Amino acid sequence: MTYYDLRLLLDGFLTTLILALLGGLAGCVIGFAAALLRNTDSRAMAPVRAALFVYCLVFRRVPFLVTLMLIFFASQSMQANLSTFAVAAISLALIAAAYLCEIIRGGLASVHANQWQAARALNFGYWQTLRYVIVPQAWRVILPPTFGFLVMFIKDTALASQIGVMDLTSAGKVLENKGMSAPLVYGTILMLYFLMSYPLSRLGKRVESRHAVTRHR
Amino acid sequence: MPLLDIVDLRASYGSRTVLERISLCVEKGEIVSLIGPSGSGKSTLLRVLLGLLPLEQGIVRFNGRVVDYADKAAVSALRADIAIVFQQYNLFQNMTVLDNVMITPSKIRRWPREEALRHATELLARVGLSQKLDAYPDELSGGQQQRVAIVRALALRPKILLLDEITAALDPELVTEVQETIRDLSADGMTMLIVSHEMGFVREVSSRVVFMAEGRIVEAGAPQQIFDAPLEARTREFVGKIPRHPAPAGHQP
Repeated sequence: MTYYDLRLLLDGFLTTLILALLGGLAGCVIGFAAALLRNTDSRAMAPVRAALFVYCLVFRRVPFLVTLMLIFFASQSMQANLSTFAVAAISLALIAAAYLCEIIRGGLASVHANQWQAARALNFGYWQTLRYVIVPQAWRVILPPTFGFLVMFIKDTALASQIGVMDLTSAGKVLENKGMSAPLVYGTILMLYFLMSYPLSRLGKRVESRHAVTRHR
Repeated sequence: MPLLDIVDLRASYGSRTVLERISLCVEKGEIVSLIGPSGSGKSTLLRVLLGLLPLEQGIVRFNGRVVDYADKAAVSALRADIAIVFQQYNLFQNMTVLDNVMITPSKIRRWPREEALRHATELLARVGLSQKLDAYPDELSGGQQQRVAIVRALALRPKILLLDEITAALDPELVTEVQETIRDLSADGMTMLIVSHEMGFVREVSSRVVFMAEGRIVEAGAPQQIFDAPLEARTREFVGKIPRHPAPAGHQP
């Protein structure tokens, strides 16, 4: 194994890591915002709610690879000149946002309606109620499936290799094509993926246990 | 001038009218109790007064001024003057006892923190909960939670307190404990509009009792009139079902 092979692996590892981080973080932020907007009940927000509903509906049902191709060819036909990395990052963010939106929305809905009622009687506004009362209680329900999703999500970034992003999976293919033993190469790749997602699981466990106390009736 | 004056109020859930031709006034310092069968609209009336449910028709005058429920600032002012306590306490589960009481004055009404803190600790001391400031609601008994909820409602120094079946979820011992708090408030001259099925308590504390059925006021009057000599047949039917004497000890039906 040469220096360049190692370099290839390391770059692939970093590319996958950054893709997952970007997609995951953007997904969390967009998904959270989308969930808060979908949770509104004013008539003026109805079109926004409908649009977000359709967005979540579609992106959670289309295979990731199809989304990736769609964004890829859409960006080409618009002559957007996006790098394959950017296409992959955007696709990942869109998908993560759709999934996380549903998870977060479910968490918000799990907080008892009497909490909204009490807040309203005390003249809390919508955003004040969310900030002081609902979101702090929803974490407990939101966190476990979120970490579950993110762990899965790291593996799914491997599909970015299909449009030519030099991620960890692509690096594996290149090394294998160079004649290296496939079990050795993919064994190493496996270890590296594990290395990325295991700390996330551990973090998830810790954060969850901090929020595990039931403060709900 | 009555503190609260309701004239010909009407409210609906969708196409179903749940309150009709409700006229009622509450003088300062008075305790008015709403009694009647479940579904007669008592709780709905309290919610409409606070702007939690839409007022379809009629006028609500508070402190001499007509309340415009479409005006956010007016509703905000109203919710500082009228406070409600719910049957299920509805305490914020993510906050300590102290924070439950303090959050409205300090975060929503922007009182200086020291003032909100001083007022909250004073109120909590009055109901005997000074030891529980840092406890969470689920660490308290139902009676303690309900007393916290009462204190939370008092946090903005409201002019009238609405109590919505606040002892209905409590066992008899805890009921006594919460009723004691209400008696204290009454002794302080607090104006209250109470929805309750505790007829003994209603009779004892009320200045006036209002009997409601099917979304309308059937009869209103002094407790003696409503409980002992009701004028309307529907009222007689309802109060006739109130057990007058506790069953003898050991007697099982």
